[in-house]
Amino acid sequence: MTNKINWEFPQALEDEAIYILRETVAQFEKPVLLFSGGKDSITLVRLAQKAFYPGKIPFALLHVDTGHNFPETIAFRDWLVNTLGLDIIVRNVQDSIDQGKVQEETGKYASRNALQTVTLLDAIEEGKFDACIGGARRDEEKARAKERIFSVRDEFGQWNAKMQRPELFDILNGKINIGENVRVFPISNWTELDVWNYIVREKLEIPSIYFSHEREIIERDGLYWPYSSFLNTTADEVPFLSKVRFRTVGDMTCTAAVLSEADKLEDIIAEIMEAKISERGARIDDKRSEAAMEKRKQAGYF
Amino acid sequence: MEVLRIATSGSVDDGKSTLIGRLLYDTNSIPQDKMEALHAASKRKGLDFTDLSLLTDGLVAEREQGITIDVANIYFSTPTRKYIIADTPGHIEYTRNMVTGASNAQVSLILIDARKGIVEQTHRHFFIANLLRIPYLVVCVNKMDLVDYNQARFNQIVEDFQQMLDNASFKGQAVQFIPISSLYGENVASHNGAIDWYNGPTLLEYLEEVSFDHEDKKHPARFPIQSVIRPRTTEYHDFRGFAGKVASGHFSVGDEVVSLPSGQKSKIKTIEQFEKQLSVAHTKESVVITLEDEIDSSRGNMLVKADSPSEQLKEIVADVCWMDQQKLVAGKTYLLQHGVNRVKAKVQQIQYVTDVTTLTEHAGKTDMGLNDIGRITIKTAAPIFADKYAENPANGAFILIDEFNNTTVGVGFVI
Repeated sequence: MTNKINWEFPQALEDEAIYILRETVAQFEKPVLLFSGGKDSITLVRLAQKAFYPGKIPFALLHVDTGHNFPETIAFRDWLVNTLGLDIIVRNVQDSIDQGKVQEETGKYASRNALQTVTLLDAIEEGKFDACIGGARRDEEKARAKERIFSVRDEFGQWNAKMQRPELFDILNGKINIGENVRVFPISNWTELDVWNYIVREKLEIPSIYFSHEREIIERDGLYWPYSSFLNTTADEVPFLSKVRFRTVGDMTCTAAVLSEADKLEDIIAEIMEAKISERGARIDDKRSEAAMEKRKQAGYF
Repeated sequence: MEVLRIATSGSVDDGKSTLIGRLLYDTNSIPQDKMEALHAASKRKGLDFTDLSLLTDGLVAEREQGITIDVANIYFSTPTRKYIIADTPGHIEYTRNMVTGASNAQVSLILIDARKGIVEQTHRHFFIANLLRIPYLVVCVNKMDLVDYNQARFNQIVEDFQQMLDNASFKGQAVQFIPISSLYGENVASHNGAIDWYNGPTLLEYLEEVSFDHEDKKHPARFPIQSVIRPRTTEYHDFRGFAGKVASGHFSVGDEVVSLPSGQKSKIKTIEQFEKQLSVAHTKESVVITLEDEIDSSRGNMLVKADSPSEQLKEIVADVCWMDQQKLVAGKTYLLQHGVNRVKAKVQQIQYVTDVTTLTEHAGKTDMGLNDIGRITIKTAAPIFADKYAENPANGAFILIDEFNNTTVGVGFVI
């Protein structure tokens, strides 16, 4: 990497995100913020705080708990909600399994990642949410690079990539038909580095798994997988202790660790800038096929 | 750090996606796993080189057909700037996506195939860059390697383009021509020596040096109100602030302002940005403004400085780009959204539809089809507080929404 690190956060991105959040609240009856406990949704919470200050955040958080989360993420979520006095709705993938709506995957690559879409769509229907605010960024993945800021989904949560509404200037059209809802992406134009620089500037707390720590891992397909009771392993996959951290917060079954000593934000950023692997490269769920994300988005995924 | 937004457009196969891939590659913006995925995908397609265009063509249909359908947003940064490229489709049937991608751009990048020169689509791209009044235009003459880096060929294309500029450029438009080869990276991020007769900047050098005019002073102060913040808590019992993003110009504490449409006047008491108090709110800053007096203002209204009033328009003449399969019909009612203000609007008349290749204006039309660009007159049910697009672009555009299916069907520029 020849580029020097630029530690300065582009202020225009915050102004844009706040504008989008205010439009969301003004144009929709019942928005909700999709909260995963990851750095992007933590950033969204901060932006929402700023957008409506000195008023309260005028919507709840919605967390779809797969049951396979890192315990550190759940602890962080509860801490954040308590500290900021936020409303949160938690829905469990386990309930969707128990209700027979989805079936647990089997085999060593089993994860609940695909299953959570059903739980999410049920929660949206139950809560009558017409706008779901998410922390997706266009730099993450090539299908996301094409998505609008106000992205219309049909009754089944599906994204129609070929029929997207034109989105011009900063004019946001939130008008929808009955049964449709909108996914709102206020930090569409942020990169991973922008998010980290924002976390530094705003002095935001983040879950401990982002920082280097000792953990039992196994090596599979050239990636380091966190060892846990949720992961189906074969006899030759023997866990070992190592210093690792995570670049994204997903399920324990689909988020790979990176070997790292970085225990300060500045070190993490330096590491990202030098990293040879993109952020979603550590997401095993994206590796299933070249069009994995587009397929999941069409099915109503986040 | 500043953000520079670029819109690229090109014709079929003139190497636009390759150019962007090259820009990312040469600024070390492609992580290794993405490179490996590119190698693999290129191999599967039976190519013997790494097809950098596969980086941006993100949809399955696009990869199958080898074309760009929708706008892809691509990000990279240098130590001085953050760049956002809106990579837009070149095909005529995706013109609406091109307008979409170009609407936020400060730089329009037009690609020309050195072998083919100016083609029909070049006219269309140039027309759209002008329609949107994008201040910087950079014309990259690509595939110079296929014409043996011939200077005369480049000069001929520049001359041809200059004729288009003579017919249709606007005041303040800055134009730069660069001979490049995206396949070999010539004049993209570096001079590699193959074009020794060219002394100008590489594309990246040009982008790094484009000077920013925040246009704070040039444009009138406009503050569209998104919402009224009234916490009604013990601590902020009487707080009443107007939340919004400054569309153009700037506002300072103490400025006398007028609220539209009521016409009521007051003075700015505070400008707040979360817990900070500001003395000035500049263009594009999201702030909360409180006023000295209780005046009647709500979402969709606009605060303007008393010394730079805005017109209240109900009869509008506008250039429109139509974006829907269902035709625009004279006499039909739509919703018009100007910034955050939405009103009912009836299309009175289609004055003419423009043939963007010949710039001929065809009068007497009663409808406009997908991708048509023309001039119409509209009557609104309530006033909008717009400026002429040519004078203040940030407050001069609007969209039209179909009342029945709620989709965005057109974009308009106030004349």
